[in-house]
Amino acid sequence: MALADRWLLPDGVKEMLPSSARQVEALRRKLLDLYDSWGYDLVMPPLMEHFESLLTGGGKDLELNTFKLVDQLTGRTLGIRADITPQVARIDAHRMHVEGANRLCYCGSVLHTRSANMLASRNPLQVGAELYGHAGIESDIEVISLMLETLYASGLQDELTLDLGHVGIFQGLIAEAGLDSAVAGQYMELLQRKALPELAEFLSVLEADEHLIGLLAALPKLNGGLEVLAKARDVFAGSSDSILDAVAYLEQLASMIKQRYPAVDLYFDLGELRGYNYHTGVVFSALTPVFGQAIAKGGRYDAIGKDFGRARPATGFSADLKTLAYLIANVNGSTRRGVLAPESDDAQLMRKIADLRSHGMRVVQQLPGDTVADVSTYSQKLVKQGEEWVITAL
Amino acid sequence: MMKKQQLTIALSKGRILEETLPLLEAANIIPAENIFKSRKLIFDTNHDNIKFVVIRATDVPTYVEYGGADMGIAGKDVLMEHGGKGLYEQLDLEIAKCKLMVAGLTGAAPVEGRMRIATKFVNIARQYFAQQGCQVDLVKLYGAMELAPIMGLADRIVDIVDTGNTLRANGLEPMDFIANISSRLVVGEPAMKMKYRQIQPIIDMMSDAVVKRREG
Repeated sequence: MALADRWLLPDGVKEMLPSSARQVEALRRKLLDLYDSWGYDLVMPPLMEHFESLLTGGGKDLELNTFKLVDQLTGRTLGIRADITPQVARIDAHRMHVEGANRLCYCGSVLHTRSANMLASRNPLQVGAELYGHAGIESDIEVISLMLETLYASGLQDELTLDLGHVGIFQGLIAEAGLDSAVAGQYMELLQRKALPELAEFLSVLEADEHLIGLLAALPKLNGGLEVLAKARDVFAGSSDSILDAVAYLEQLASMIKQRYPAVDLYFDLGELRGYNYHTGVVFSALTPVFGQAIAKGGRYDAIGKDFGRARPATGFSADLKTLAYLIANVNGSTRRGVLAPESDDAQLMRKIADLRSHGMRVVQQLPGDTVADVSTYSQKLVKQGEEWVITAL
Repeated sequence: MMKKQQLTIALSKGRILEETLPLLEAANIIPAENIFKSRKLIFDTNHDNIKFVVIRATDVPTYVEYGGADMGIAGKDVLMEHGGKGLYEQLDLEIAKCKLMVAGLTGAAPVEGRMRIATKFVNIARQYFAQQGCQVDLVKLYGAMELAPIMGLADRIVDIVDTGNTLRANGLEPMDFIANISSRLVVGEPAMKMKYRQIQPIIDMMSDAVVKRREG
């Protein structure tokens, strides 16, 4: 590597300079305090683990997205976490022995071999909360509420859209249609892209009865406002209970969320299959017009603890703290200005400085020979008036 | 009633554009000035909240995926090469129709071992030949594919074929069919989720226009 490009960071790897670092850290504290006030205990899983432990339920995408290295002690493959959720699931399943509801939250760096999208870095700071041990709608509502509170606390309350889906609808439809896994996989791929022209072609050669073809064709169009759920009831009339239960679940969820958060715009996408590998119920994400991707997402994933010997109901959400902080920075960038103290070893000055610092003020003592390059980073200075050190405007 | 959200539509430059504008007009979206006579990249329309960006076809999926544009119009070839991640492909506009083909020198013998393929569609070519059970080497070119087999740069090319005249004029012939190509209307995932109230009616009107056009 030439000296000239030694300062370059790898593609998609970001670092934070003082003003953004300050903002990210302030938000981290605020959010962890928020989760604490909701009864969520902080856990700090390790940066790396055995590769297989990190992949629980994540499927192929997570596997390719995880950086791997060889443990020099054992020769086993280790992974640097690309997602903290499986780690927290492991902690709930195996390390803690809570029988009832267990509320956990976390905040830590993850690494992605490939960034999640063009706007994302490869080293996000993942923050999130998980609720284990409760299978009812109330825990989903609690987690969705906490996700929205997270965004509110981050200053993102304007024009939020909450996107809701339920994998039970797709699962029920596939079961009803009796599609084998290869064909179902093809259908799923088309559904994810809502590739209507290709889907029409796919269905025109699929051997299934007309009613079923109609259902398969209808699913990718079942997206929009609340009216979509009524439409889904019509479309799936006479279908299996698992589909109708999922629709009813979304209806109930929607009315309860609407009551708590009337300003949030609800969007339903019954063909949404994000995280289909491990989600088992409702899936949700939050969007804002100021960012071209979802800013927080989550869902129910009841099976994930199975790999660790104890399957527990689970629901949770996560977000990239750096993205949230970046969006706030767009609103108001700020640096903290301090008090400039002169170079001196006057005992009284020392006491004054210590006193101010203990009260949370930022006091910087000038170093001998150092000229203060940027006076704008200070708002005040300490000067001696008579016997007293006092703060005056700079 | 919610206020009208801003909507940006990315249009592919060139031949597609001429055939696209009538379909947009059917959805009552009309550029405020003549796009063909301007060097501008962003155009106002008859709606305060809707604007066009006119860019290279290959850049359309990128703009829409990134959220720089909410929806866009691009050829199926470009979408296949991009992979379609983050895009909802909502409508076949049935314009700018052509075929994606494998072509080679007329009468060329089958190649023993690894074929070398010149194309600008490297992802499509890799996938297509893998499906055929062939491992191939790919040479990325940006234009004038027909030249590659003549100059010995490649055994075959993968390219868009319309009439086949360019192939024939250079002593090549179409060999294998890969896909039918036409222009598609794509919508970005986040745009659909946040702006469906405005986007869905546009899709519906354009869809009607496509049917009307097909039925003459």
